[in-house]
Amino acid sequence: MELLGNVIFGFSVALSLQNLLYCFIGVLVGTLIGVLPGIGPMATIAMLMPLTFNVPPVAALIMLAGIYYGAMYGGSTTSILVNLPGETASVVTCIDGYQMARQGRAGAALAIAAIGSFFAGTVCTLLIALFGPPLAEIALKFGSPEYFSLMLMGLVAAAVLAHGDMVKSLAMVVMGLLLGIVGADVNSGIKRFSFGVYELADGIGVVVIAVGVFAVGEIISNLSDPEERQVFTSKVTNLFPTKEDLKQSFGAIVRGTAVGAFFGVLPGTTPAIASFSSYMVEKKLAKDPSRFGRGAIEGVAGPESANNADAQCKFIPMLTLGIPASGTMALMLGALMIYGITPGPGVMTEKPDLFWGLIASMWIGNVMLVVLNLPLVGMWVSLLKVPYRLLFPAIMLFSAIGIYSVNNSSFDIYLMAVFGILGIVWRMLECSPVPMMLGFVLGPMVEENLRRALQVSRGDPSVFVTRPISLGFIVATVLILIVMVLPAVRKRRGDITD
Amino acid sequence: MKVELRNNKDFWAGIMFIGTGAAAIFIARDYPFGSTMRMGPGYFPSMLGGILVLFGIYVMVIGLLRNEKIQGRWSLRALIVLPLSLVLFGVLMKHAGFMPALAVLIFGSAAAGREFKFVEVLLLTVVLAGLSVAVFIWGLGLPYPLIKDF
Repeated sequence: MELLGNVIFGFSVALSLQNLLYCFIGVLVGTLIGVLPGIGPMATIAMLMPLTFNVPPVAALIMLAGIYYGAMYGGSTTSILVNLPGETASVVTCIDGYQMARQGRAGAALAIAAIGSFFAGTVCTLLIALFGPPLAEIALKFGSPEYFSLMLMGLVAAAVLAHGDMVKSLAMVVMGLLLGIVGADVNSGIKRFSFGVYELADGIGVVVIAVGVFAVGEIISNLSDPEERQVFTSKVTNLFPTKEDLKQSFGAIVRGTAVGAFFGVLPGTTPAIASFSSYMVEKKLAKDPSRFGRGAIEGVAGPESANNADAQCKFIPMLTLGIPASGTMALMLGALMIYGITPGPGVMTEKPDLFWGLIASMWIGNVMLVVLNLPLVGMWVSLLKVPYRLLFPAIMLFSAIGIYSVNNSSFDIYLMAVFGILGIVWRMLECSPVPMMLGFVLGPMVEENLRRALQVSRGDPSVFVTRPISLGFIVATVLILIVMVLPAVRKRRGDITD
Repeated sequence: MKVELRNNKDFWAGIMFIGTGAAAIFIARDYPFGSTMRMGPGYFPSMLGGILVLFGIYVMVIGLLRNEKIQGRWSLRALIVLPLSLVLFGVLMKHAGFMPALAVLIFGSAAAGREFKFVEVLLLTVVLAGLSVAVFIWGLGLPYPLIKDF
């Protein structure tokens, strides 16, 4: 029962007073920004990351993870009560959740969303505990050719599955890789693309790019659209779902969790894709599909479980292989590196407290979310009355202080401004910045592994296709590309992401 | 059919990729290229630059064929004022201290929005200043002087 021992060890780490506190702060902040539209988990994590540099990495990661899944949770609350998705992943929840609220069943919808999320969170915590170690074991045997092919697959998949045009997303990956190699080259010490600026010799900080593109860029974009926020709060009366509700949603929760877990491990998919897919599944399976859109409880239960499962299973490739499957995971990977931890299969053996502690904390965090959310629903909703014009200067200030505090450098602030402008330009040209983030974080590792692989093979590129595992990744990469250019899939992909 | 370039989304995306890729190749000429077996610091960036140029050409051609317009509105005011107030924040942090930098950033950001009510922004500044000093200077002990002597 090694698993049991590991899980108990994880809980012993996560239940320390400090870690509990950071977990609580994480889910609290996460719920807060999940409720508020116009600021996402990505920007928040980037903004708060610099403040965690002087706490132990375990506590810091626990908090950052809490923000991430807490946001998924908070997003559903506003979807149900005021028909306003705090996060894109909660857009589908609006459809039936808000209808339920209008029929006076807001309490049941909220409770079912909470139960579904909690179930999905529990299952995914178990999945990570079960599949993490064997995956890491396999990955420990990887040499540089395998790593290069794996990263290639991850990046291509991320670009292909990302929202928007495939070729542009691939180009954005390359753009990210280029940004990633700015700074001193490990082998020769030559400072590349630093333009004689000494602040660039260490490369561009991951937080600077993330805050610039996602926080500043998003604010500029929000300010460009007229503010429309009307809040009609429906009264939450009965929090307890009926037996009938539970019976109806059970299947949806299980299926939603499965759908979410599946999409979760795929790089590039967002929780929104998982929740949309789950909604489709439920609608297809329902005896009476016409109920959907008029307050079908499965339409809340499925997608809510799916987006939570997706968010949590994204940790599997990040923790075991060191491959970020989403923009947020790329940031977490960047955080690990800043804490001096090399991401990859070694994390589990070298930093077992980090791995198991983080996993256990996710389960604890899910419990906290249930406790935190159901009684405090009214408070969260009243937060929506804070107008955006008061909110965004605060976001700007905290981002700027956060960035400045990393290196006490004004240059980083200027860079943040530049990336804010780039962020809005990319948005205008519909070039998705998320694949760029993945490329950016993986850039130095891709180069290093490519270099090493070709050095060992004496310059023979066939090394990537003669070693079986590496060949597997290459074949998978090619398959992903072929499948995506098939016209039929292309069309359907548009249906899901749009 | 006249092809309108000014608003052509993919045309400009392509130009951006081609420009970035070409610049990468151009700059990387100064770094030793090495060989496939022993890659120098110039190898990988040149390769990436080449790939980016190819993607860029494809995207640009698609843009010319489809001629899709840039959609969505964007506020020129926010695009200029917001980054500018960040730059001022950076300069003031270095030369004037935490308080002036904070005040300028909040006022600057607020000015980037559509509604600007002076009293409201002043109140917001006071509240955020108190909060930031409590959290960042006292709480986290960041070593920034509140105000510097000129």
